[in-house]
Amino acid sequence: MSNSYDANRWKRFDEWDARPLRHDQFAVEDPENGFSAFNGAADPGPGLKIENGKVSMMDGVAAQDFDMIDAFIAAHHLDMDVAEEAMAIPAEQLARMLVDMNVPRAELVRLARGLTPARLAEAVAQLNAMEIAFAYSKMRARRTPGNQAHVTNAKDDPLQLAADAAVAVALGFDEIETTMRVARNSWSNALACCVGSVVGRAGTLFQCSSEEAEELEIGMAGFTSYAETVSVYGTESAFIDGDDTPWSKAWLAAAYASRGIKMRCTSGAASELLMGYHEAKSLLYLEARCLCIQRGMGSQGTQNGGIDGAPLASSIPGGVREIWAENLLAVWLDLECASGNDARHSESEMRVAAKVLPFLIGGSDLICSGFGSILKYDNSFNPSSFNGEELEEFLVLQRDFEADGGLTSIEDASALDLRRRAIDALSHVLKDLDLAAPTEIMKRSVAVASGSNDTQSFAPRDVAVISDKISRQRITVLDVIRSLHRGGFVPEAQNLLFLVKLRVSGDYLQTSAIVRDGHVISAINDPNDYTGPGTGYRLTEARRKELAAIRNVLDRDEVLRREAASEPAEARAIEYSTMGPAERGTDPHEVVVGISPGFGTRIFRTLSGLPLSKVLKALRDGIEKGGGRMRLMRIRHTADTSFLGLSAARLSGSGIGIGIQSKGTAVIHQKDRLPHNNLELFSNAPVTNLDHYRALGENAAQYARGDLPAPVVVPTQGEALGARFHARVALTYAIETKMTENNASPETVDINFLGET
Amino acid sequence: MPDQPLTTENYPLAETSPERVTGHRGKSLDELTLEAVLAGDVGMEDLRITPNALLQQAQIARSAGRAALARNFERAAEMTRVPQDTIMEIYELLRPGRTRSIESLQNTAQRLRREFNAPLLAQLVEEAASAYEKRGLFRNRY
Repeated sequence: MSNSYDANRWKRFDEWDARPLRHDQFAVEDPENGFSAFNGAADPGPGLKIENGKVSMMDGVAAQDFDMIDAFIAAHHLDMDVAEEAMAIPAEQLARMLVDMNVPRAELVRLARGLTPARLAEAVAQLNAMEIAFAYSKMRARRTPGNQAHVTNAKDDPLQLAADAAVAVALGFDEIETTMRVARNSWSNALACCVGSVVGRAGTLFQCSSEEAEELEIGMAGFTSYAETVSVYGTESAFIDGDDTPWSKAWLAAAYASRGIKMRCTSGAASELLMGYHEAKSLLYLEARCLCIQRGMGSQGTQNGGIDGAPLASSIPGGVREIWAENLLAVWLDLECASGNDARHSESEMRVAAKVLPFLIGGSDLICSGFGSILKYDNSFNPSSFNGEELEEFLVLQRDFEADGGLTSIEDASALDLRRRAIDALSHVLKDLDLAAPTEIMKRSVAVASGSNDTQSFAPRDVAVISDKISRQRITVLDVIRSLHRGGFVPEAQNLLFLVKLRVSGDYLQTSAIVRDGHVISAINDPNDYTGPGTGYRLTEARRKELAAIRNVLDRDEVLRREAASEPAEARAIEYSTMGPAERGTDPHEVVVGISPGFGTRIFRTLSGLPLSKVLKALRDGIEKGGGRMRLMRIRHTADTSFLGLSAARLSGSGIGIGIQSKGTAVIHQKDRLPHNNLELFSNAPVTNLDHYRALGENAAQYARGDLPAPVVVPTQGEALGARFHARVALTYAIETKMTENNASPETVDINFLGET
Repeated sequence: MPDQPLTTENYPLAETSPERVTGHRGKSLDELTLEAVLAGDVGMEDLRITPNALLQQAQIARSAGRAALARNFERAAEMTRVPQDTIMEIYELLRPGRTRSIESLQNTAQRLRREFNAPLLAQLVEEAASAYEKRGLFRNRY
């Protein structure tokens, strides 16, 4: 450690510099250059003029000066039947209506059809972050929340895609999305995920994010059931640079529907800024334009909320509030909302968790529009807010808030079974359709692998060959269904047929449609009907229990079972003999050690794992080193550390006593002190070692002599000891308190360290 | 087609009124069984959505207050008659700078009306044509 006292910087800044947060780059607010979340330098004021049933002026721009976006919005978004009524309502009043549980969602949705982008933006900008979050949960379209996973890997390995897709389905994701490291591998990725996604259950929708034309072709071959790559931008120049127009995108929207494929658009804050065409307008205003285009073209939904621009939006003051606000606009405009929370906007886990919270607790059609169900390095979209690494954190957040984030825990054994089943099914199809011949080594390595670094499987080049064959041989989902059946994968064949049959009725083309338990649910038959407490989405008791059922949960029996395992060893190390009621001592050098009721009878180790026999020996050695003598007694009327210590002190000839609980928490007490005003407290049992107990004994003996020793310091490194131990502490302590008896007097205990000469 | 437009009561179609739904070659949902797939009696055509199903979904969407979504389903119903290659060809034409003159889009609109009985799609293309002309998109972008 260097001790440079003449440094010219407070050292704390060095430590702050080393935090993951400081990898994030923050940008100064600069509206002229597009760096403004809510107040762009060139944001127009809201306004609308209608002449002869046509829009003559919108948001300060006369119809003859409309750019393509204005023109499209005026023609397709604005509903002339409601526009005048809606635009007459001031933004403040609209904002209040959004957070008023007594104003039904349907009424606000009706009004939104007549509001211009600038008015929509102005209204949501009135809301603080809390109000936005509340309004979102009230305004989102479908009552039941859902979630979407990314399933990709760095090798485009089909076996791993199938295994990971099956796991994602088991975790409860309603949709899974793949993409490729190498573009030409698209057909292989599609086939692999498609097969994996029908293992275990039917109805998980699947998309393969690819080049527009190819994506449609893959959809037509039946491998995919939805698409969300129809990107929309908020300025004309960005749109043109994106090589599209509102009309070309509207054409695609109809194209997907005409093939029975669910489709949502994509837009998100800061994409225009990234593309260099922001027109000095705020993130929110540009996003309002994007969302009006999407509603206008008849998209059932949107993937929205920063998306790829989330890191840039978050670099601006208020950027995360803006991301929430644009999500609110999406649902106010009655669009299904896959609410972003995909591209990781920060290296700081706190920022990530804080951003997702409203969607987790308030629900969203798809909370993440790409939760990385795979490891970060395998995420071909780039790391998500949550990835395979952090998946259990999300499960615990669900449990903490009793909030349905759409996911359910999986067990070790069933996860491996599912992976093997998916790998076997896909391997069979690959061989059966003469696409590839996976070996046993490949299959086994993938089954247990957490990520592609651990696999010995297909490499990208092998995958290109598979992919080309699928495309060239014009293999369709029907070939795959027949192949699965031939291989004995009958439930999978059934599940896959169920999925492609969805497109015949088109029920899942409606707003916010997903499949649950074999039924399509959407904003039509499962509408968000929130009107205050007790309404809207509520957990059933069964679902609540599912959310609670995470791994490694402790109960009283488990504590006792673990303790019982230490009992035989302790029986060989120490013998306790109860000698009858304890008397007040007269020896001025004695230190009485008062042990708790469960000490050595039900509990045998401290929280740091030390056998209690060794703790007692350390105390005795310390006391003797300090020139004292240890007398042991079991306190039976209390298990509280302070009172254990005080009772011991009051029976001690020196007036000094030590109280110690079976879990290792200890105190040095003196007979004339108030119960909670001790001499020394050893409260961090999990980090208290034998040297500390020895020093504790020595100090007690010194207090007995009338000396004032330096208190023993048990150093901690700031571990969250409470979180690590408190469930066990409370259960252990409850076991001890249950053993106490009112008015039971302390008993002298003789101890014999076995194996000692 | 029923006289009364369908409403949200008729949703999901596959559950409330499966008799209204068939694949592109007239096969009912009940006929689209695994056995039929194995026997080779089901082709991808049978799994394609029909214009009728899309128009019914449009009615349902409209009754749920989603006229814009309904209009997209109506355009999609017309598009079921347009082959995939043609869809992609017209999509390409609609992208910025793909054509140097308004005429090619106007001709496309006429073709959509004439060949595919697709007046709504034609209207969309015409609207794009005039917007592109106004905004100077008929220019070489390379």
